[in-house]
Amino acid sequence: MAIKATARRAQTQAPASVSEDSWIEIDGLDKEYRPRKSAPTLALSDINLTVRRGEFISVVGPSGCGKTTLLKILAGLSPKTGGAVRIAGRDVTKPLPEVGMVFQAPTLLPWRTIFDNVMVPAEIQRLDPRRHRERAQQLLEMVGLNGFEQKYPHELSGGMQQRAGICRALVHDPAVLLMDEPFGALDAMTREYMNVELLRIWQESNQTIVLVTHSIPEAVFLSDRVVVLSPRPGRIAEVMDIDLERPRDLGIMSSDRAGVYVERIRRHFNAAGVID
Amino acid sequence: MATSNLVRKPAQPPAPSARPARRKFDLREKPQLWLVPTVFVVVVLAWEYGVQLLGVDEYVLPLPSSVVESLWQQLGDDQFWGHFWVTTQEALLGFVIGVGAALVLGTFISQIKIVEATLMPYIVAFQTVPKVALAPLFVVWFGFGLTSKVVMAAVISFFPMLVNVIEGLRAADADKIQMLTVFGASKAQIFRMVRLPSALPFIFAGLDIGIVFAILGAVVGEFIGAKEGLGYLLLQTNYNFDIAGMFAVLVVLSLMGLVAHFVIRLLQKRLAFWAEDTKVIGA
Repeated sequence: MAIKATARRAQTQAPASVSEDSWIEIDGLDKEYRPRKSAPTLALSDINLTVRRGEFISVVGPSGCGKTTLLKILAGLSPKTGGAVRIAGRDVTKPLPEVGMVFQAPTLLPWRTIFDNVMVPAEIQRLDPRRHRERAQQLLEMVGLNGFEQKYPHELSGGMQQRAGICRALVHDPAVLLMDEPFGALDAMTREYMNVELLRIWQESNQTIVLVTHSIPEAVFLSDRVVVLSPRPGRIAEVMDIDLERPRDLGIMSSDRAGVYVERIRRHFNAAGVID
Repeated sequence: MATSNLVRKPAQPPAPSARPARRKFDLREKPQLWLVPTVFVVVVLAWEYGVQLLGVDEYVLPLPSSVVESLWQQLGDDQFWGHFWVTTQEALLGFVIGVGAALVLGTFISQIKIVEATLMPYIVAFQTVPKVALAPLFVVWFGFGLTSKVVMAAVISFFPMLVNVIEGLRAADADKIQMLTVFGASKAQIFRMVRLPSALPFIFAGLDIGIVFAILGAVVGEFIGAKEGLGYLLLQTNYNFDIAGMFAVLVVLSLMGLVAHFVIRLLQKRLAFWAEDTKVIGA
């Protein structure tokens, strides 16, 4: 599919020294919230993680462990207290144009059509409109939203809106796709369907994905590796390789091996005394 | 709501009305369609026969039929239309100036902290001044002609618009702003792509109040000192004890406000079509 054709853009922008094996580098990351009138709280402590290019990583952890904070730091929305964070060789101190993000809510602009919503990042970054209109069209077709381009967000179901949100996050061909509990608001059936969709999109677009989720089975089903965070302050409790063959379908979740992974992650949660 | 063929949803029970096209005019669904005209007819009939029955003097309360008669007479009179256009001109000019100034100032206040901190105390203080009470002053300053009425209309429509613009430009969802920020949007882009559209429903609320206030301002200005306009005509009919004529002018003024309100509503439905309903702030 033509989606891949433009997938080299981010790489050509990055410094020559960037290795595909360390596409995202998180090195001794600390995050402390310092409210003016109360004691500081440590949200994240000594996070070390290196993500390969094209890898699918999930971050799971109990509520309040700082997984969304971690994603916000990667997105350049929240300053870090210590350590280093690099994406495609660039220090993350502000939002990078190489990053795409999918949010908990679709967060579409209600006054724009679906197509114009998908074009938002290309418009902001003043990218070649003709090429990116074409790409937006391809992405919408890829997620099955062709025919809905000229509809407004309120005319679409929640799942369809979220798919448009994914297209928007991919339209400027980002080096990294960050996803913050993107399917949390969907019903169970739509959610499973979206998981399968996401795997297909990932395989076709060759993206590097960091997904924050509170669903352990979702993390196991989707990921190459699952990062388990401990309760606050969030530290990496375990980074688990998910050795399930690809392409995967939902049937794989009833296999013994998948069950073992889910069980092992759940034990981390149980040990901490919290079930999310 | 449209449902994807891929996302299965339980089948919907059939809609209560099988003829959606005709439902709009179904009197059982919308009883107000007959209740509103009924109330009007009942009130007018009660007025007409009540006045006759009780023998109320025509100089106190004219019959609806005399009001209609007077209105008909006025509408055929060129002089009346002269007054009508004068007031329309005053109100519209004042409206455009007042609302335009509020739009510009409101934008600066909502976007630049130091401007807000400096000007807000004055605005709050000035807002408590009854603007209508300024009309005699404006006549002294700007004369008996068009200008004093335009100024009155502008001042009186300025404040509700200003409050709505400021509130509207702050109403943008933090989520939407964050979304644009992640994709690298500048402040100007965030303003154009989210803040301004989010403010539109508020701006329309301001326009809606503003136009009615502008007509009020023009008429009050004419009360104080004028040689033409519907406010002037209102006083003239009053001096001549032509109460039916006064009512006729009042009907015309109400219709002016009503038409302006519907025009703005129409624009709102076109331009701010996504918003459910307007939250009106400050009248």
